[in-house]
Amino acid sequence: MRPTDTGSPDYFHRVVDCQWACPAHTPVPEYIRLIAAGRYDDAYLINWKSNVFPGILGRTCDRPCEPACRRGRVEAEPVAICRLKRVAADHKGPDVRARFPRAPAVKNGKRVALIGAGPASLTVARDLVPLGYHVVVYDGEAKGGGMMRSQIPRFRLPDAVLDEEVGQILDMGVETRFGTWVSSLTAVLDEGYDAVFVGTGAPRGRDVDVPGRAEAAANIHIGIDWLSSVSFGHTGRIGRRVIVLGGGNTAMDCCRTARRLGGEDVAVVVRSGFEEMKASPWEKEDALHEGIPIHNFLVPKAFTHARGKLTGVVFEKVAARYDDKGRRSLIPTGEPDVHMACDDVLVAIGQDNAFPWIERDAGIGFDRWGLPTVDPVTFQSSNPKVFFGGDAAFGPKNIITAVAQGHEAAISIDAFCQGSPLTDRPPPHVTLISQKMGLHEWSYDNDVSVDTRHKVPLRETAVALKDVRVEVELGFDVDLAWQEAQRCLNCDVQTAFGPALCIECDACLDICPVDCLTIAEDGGEGELLTRLKAPKLHADQPTYVSGALKTGRLMVKDEDVCLHCGLCAERCPTGAWDMQKFFLEMSHAGGAACRSR
Amino acid sequence: MTYLKPHFRNPALPSNALGYTRRDYEGAVSTLCAGCGHDSISAAIVQACFELDLPPHRLAKLSGIGCSSKTPTYFLGASHGFNSVHGRMPSVLTGANLANRDLVYLGVSGDGDSASIGLGQFVHAMRRGVNMLYIVENNGVYGLTKGQFSATADKGSKSKKGAVNPDDPIDLVSLALQMGATFVGRGFSGDKAQLVPLIKAALRHRGVAFLDVLSPCVTFNNHPGSTKSYDYVREHNAVFNRPDVVPHREAITADSAPGELVTVTLHDGSVVRLRPVAGDHDVHDRIAAMNHLAERQAEGEIVTGLLYVDPDAGDLHDRLNTVDTPLNRLNDAELCPGAATLARVNAALR
Repeated sequence: MRPTDTGSPDYFHRVVDCQWACPAHTPVPEYIRLIAAGRYDDAYLINWKSNVFPGILGRTCDRPCEPACRRGRVEAEPVAICRLKRVAADHKGPDVRARFPRAPAVKNGKRVALIGAGPASLTVARDLVPLGYHVVVYDGEAKGGGMMRSQIPRFRLPDAVLDEEVGQILDMGVETRFGTWVSSLTAVLDEGYDAVFVGTGAPRGRDVDVPGRAEAAANIHIGIDWLSSVSFGHTGRIGRRVIVLGGGNTAMDCCRTARRLGGEDVAVVVRSGFEEMKASPWEKEDALHEGIPIHNFLVPKAFTHARGKLTGVVFEKVAARYDDKGRRSLIPTGEPDVHMACDDVLVAIGQDNAFPWIERDAGIGFDRWGLPTVDPVTFQSSNPKVFFGGDAAFGPKNIITAVAQGHEAAISIDAFCQGSPLTDRPPPHVTLISQKMGLHEWSYDNDVSVDTRHKVPLRETAVALKDVRVEVELGFDVDLAWQEAQRCLNCDVQTAFGPALCIECDACLDICPVDCLTIAEDGGEGELLTRLKAPKLHADQPTYVSGALKTGRLMVKDEDVCLHCGLCAERCPTGAWDMQKFFLEMSHAGGAACRSR
Repeated sequence: MTYLKPHFRNPALPSNALGYTRRDYEGAVSTLCAGCGHDSISAAIVQACFELDLPPHRLAKLSGIGCSSKTPTYFLGASHGFNSVHGRMPSVLTGANLANRDLVYLGVSGDGDSASIGLGQFVHAMRRGVNMLYIVENNGVYGLTKGQFSATADKGSKSKKGAVNPDDPIDLVSLALQMGATFVGRGFSGDKAQLVPLIKAALRHRGVAFLDVLSPCVTFNNHPGSTKSYDYVREHNAVFNRPDVVPHREAITADSAPGELVTVTLHDGSVVRLRPVAGDHDVHDRIAAMNHLAERQAEGEIVTGLLYVDPDAGDLHDRLNTVDTPLNRLNDAELCPGAATLARVNAALR
């Protein structure tokens, strides 16, 4: 079998499940250790460099890292990575701003327009301004933030946090044209920009087209528009009985907002089953915690109304059927329809991209779903000057994806403006350093905590429901944060193996608490995996295979449930196993090489 | 230093018939040197007991003094244990066995404990046929006193500092064969594929079973010039056979051509299947085993495997004709039949 190439950054990167799963590849274990050490500024800076909005994401991220967390495979629940990120933001000192890069006094003469002031555009701005670009951000609203401001309710994300992190970028020296609705891409291009970035999100909420929709229109609201209207203070009330249609995170935001604006009897009604709902498990939990029931397998059939006013919604009962290929269809059960009375309906069943302001002769191709033709690596559109990122590029995802795409687009815009090929993507910065401090001492805390996940303290529900602008989550305090940080397994402290040093004494195999090591005769990959000390549970988890040892046998490691406790290295008499910290930072625009302009 | 092993385990770890995983047979984290062969033997004992479905509380582990005799702390944390006086494990174990014949007895000793201070105890335990597994973790040096040659060090082998051993070694395997042990084998800590089945078969054997296990001392005896190093043993290992133990309740399936395998049925019905590697003496033939051993030893080879077994051997209790009930479970009336019975016995002897 071919030995595993641990020289390629991807191997050890995959072992750090959280970082690998994060679209922006934030070095999670590194900042968690810094939080445990009370170094909040440093923890914040690592985050800020990678994901730009630590305080915002520490409250609102979709957390792809958490389902990936190794802790979830070792015990029940992952480390509360997202809420630890918030700790770094909450406890950072005022000096951290002094460590941000600044715009150079002499600009490089290139002008870039960013359309929309959401997370993707702000990321592009943050990456390009320190390189000397003159960046102009356009947005129809009076303040920056995009969907983070318009769609995410203030009880999840207070103004102060949003203003701070958006302001940090704008204050670097970004020219803002807020309150300016861009109605023509050609007009923007005509202003002579060297490049234009489109980060306008997916602003069009889907509607339900069933009988009664037009007649009861006054009390049927599109979820994201309604949330935006609440955010900007245009809407302050809703009826006593509210039905929210849809099962995604927007639906969860809608129902919880409605509870705070006079909705006493708020319910969520979803076509699918509870488990298949698109909303994150914790967002469903938060809604249930506020006394909002979620009704499943009900498809809206008609709005009922009397004298031009909505009276309720009729639902058809369905059940899920799966065909041979596992595809789901919803089949009516034939049971009587259900009528739910209500005063208002919020429709949160998805959102689409909309580019009415892009002229069809602006050189940008669109597919049949109305999505622009965008290169998935460079984010360049079919007009070489125009780049897309965030929801605008490939449809609605989440903030962290928008940030990751913003970084990539900024690299491309920089390359484009400097006349370098866009396909040369800068490799990540990687270091791999031994953590050995003494005979049996490591520079990291290798004692594995047995604690289960700590809950974030919440404001009392009665108080929280009174004001839509009062933040519900109080965040971990320093003590709880330390305890939760101890649960991190330090997956970035890698088990690095040197076959030439191994004397095959079996000490590592014998001590390994989770039986992830095997010394075995060579064989084909599939066959070798059947002879592991503990059967391989997750085929998608990497397997390390060494080069031939002295006896010709191979050292094999299933990375799946490795605790990174370092016992293998501690029991190794020759140092064949070593614990080495793998630190990977993605390259951002201008980060690959120094240059004078 | 990490003294505690994380309690998390691999969720895919198999359970045995008792519902235990291998990790339930572990003990405390070893404080021996990293890479010590003894730790591998501990792991092999853990694996063997797990595979045999032994209830941990039905086993007693006894030892003397030395690195090897520390190891019972590092395996079978839920079993009975007795760390006795230097070289006196055999007599303490004999006493325990006489008092309670129902337990499985595992004596763990080293080359110093058994071949030097305890040699007299060792040979008598062998000839009395105490029902036990006697394991010697043999590294050829006194590790706890910084690496002097022990009585099993080969003549001409070199110490870490370069001194040459002038004395002839004691070969415990030959001695055990000579003294009447009824299950004799040798293993290597670096070859668990052979060692674990050897331990399993030995634990199933009724009578005295002796295993000499070469166990390199990484700190004092793992250098060029040593004959007990990982490299030397691997290069000179003349594997006689590789055993495989089939518990009596499992049907025996022939996955190898008949004739290639030698099968031995033990007292309890378990079957030991032996795959011969080099050498063809009959494992039931004690003299042939001694000859094979002497011949290979003369060539500088280290013979490993199951060398001799008498599956019909009896034990100390047979020879003493004790009752089936363990003595520690007999009550006063059974143990002391009264003055009238004593008078009758005395009268019979007049």
